[in-house]
Amino acid sequence: MAHNQVVIKCSGLRKSYSGKEILHAENIAINTGRITGIMGPSGAGKSTLLRIMCLLEPPSGGELFLFGRPAPHNRAERQTLLRRMTIVFQKPVLFDTTVFDNIAFGLRARHRPAAEIRTRVAASLKKIGLSGQGNQKARTLSGGEAQRVALARALVLEPEILFLDEPTSNLDPANVELLEGLFCELNREQGTTVIVVTHNLFQARRLAEDLLFICHGEVVETGPAEKIFQQSADPRTKAFVEGRMVY
Amino acid sequence: MLEAVISAVQLLISLDQELYRIIGLSLLVSASAVVLAALFGIPLGTLLGLKPLPGVKAITIAVYTLMGLPPVVAGLFIYMLLSRKGLLGPLNLLFTVEAMIIVQTLLATPIVIGLTAIAVRSKGKEIRETALVLGAGRMLLLRSLIHEARYGILGAVIAGFGRLIAEVGAVMMVGGNIEGHTRVLTTAIVLETRKGDFALAMALGIILLLLALLINSVLFRLQAGGSSGA
Repeated sequence: MAHNQVVIKCSGLRKSYSGKEILHAENIAINTGRITGIMGPSGAGKSTLLRIMCLLEPPSGGELFLFGRPAPHNRAERQTLLRRMTIVFQKPVLFDTTVFDNIAFGLRARHRPAAEIRTRVAASLKKIGLSGQGNQKARTLSGGEAQRVALARALVLEPEILFLDEPTSNLDPANVELLEGLFCELNREQGTTVIVVTHNLFQARRLAEDLLFICHGEVVETGPAEKIFQQSADPRTKAFVEGRMVY
Repeated sequence: MLEAVISAVQLLISLDQELYRIIGLSLLVSASAVVLAALFGIPLGTLLGLKPLPGVKAITIAVYTLMGLPPVVAGLFIYMLLSRKGLLGPLNLLFTVEAMIIVQTLLATPIVIGLTAIAVRSKGKEIRETALVLGAGRMLLLRSLIHEARYGILGAVIAGFGRLIAEVGAVMMVGGNIEGHTRVLTTAIVLETRKGDFALAMALGIILLLLALLINSVLFRLQAGGSSGA
């Protein structure tokens, strides 16, 4: 997909639980090859929007387009699409097996040859600074190491879209720096579209080229990050980026 | 009590052929039934724990109810099915080892389904989502779930086996407690008690308990060994 084409488009997207609307996104367009931040206070609906975009939850209404096509309803098409993107969650969910097997999981799901899996997993381990730890049990890793493995497991698949749901919120500064470096490297070198949910203003400033600001389930403002940080049009966005919106 | 313990030890070291045949048959029936229950129950329990389908609540309540199915009711049902006029009467299975395995499978399957569903449900959502976003198909997803819930599933099998090895009503009804043919430890205990040979009945009870202790210790070690770690 060429740069600056719309890779995800939402139109009138809504999500309700038990009759209560918790998300309403009228118009969202995310461009390919960009790092887009979804920013907002806790409980604003950021993760819900991300989960709808990566097909983990169906919307209650509205339209979602991925790679220029409406989000599929049947399992086979959904699986094909899911193999073009992946997500790293806030809490790393590793399988109770070795680090190697965790990183190899997605490649095995795609029936890649064993030799290719070995090479790609070794390269991923090197990237996250865990070379030589492939045989270690995943349950013995520290929180930071576990999140690095979760990221390596996503990176090894070379996805076209990488969704990140508050991926560094439980990590120490060294791990945050390492992981953010990897997101940017992936975006720069492979043109991967990165969509990162964060409530951390500083992280949004460091990473995002484009921003979506969500508040109380409503997408308040979207646009280039620089513009949103310097000339936000909505007073709620302005209050948030100036650190005045306290929940 | 001491007399019973001495009798139990004497029985064991006497290498009494009938006693060892009874122990062997008890193990064969309960182990076969629990293996069959695991074959049916683990995939069904995994689906039940995973699928947010309509009717799952009703099925779950039904399974939980069947987990407490009285053995005599199960025995009655299988007896009617296998009796001469029953649906499976022509198979001539009544008062055979096969009938005992069938009835015990019926008793253990809901336990394996119910406890497997609980084990899968506890980890199901996050493992399912992780596997899906990594591109797993249906079979790999199912395998991953069973793998991640394996210690809970092993617990389900242990509970199933525990119920079967101690069960008497159902095997008595469909097995008939025939000497040299369908007599197992529990039915032998009932018989010896009725005959008034309490020492022998108690000795058989102690052997049954020791057997259950040995098997459950092995399974528990497997479970604890695997689930421990940082």
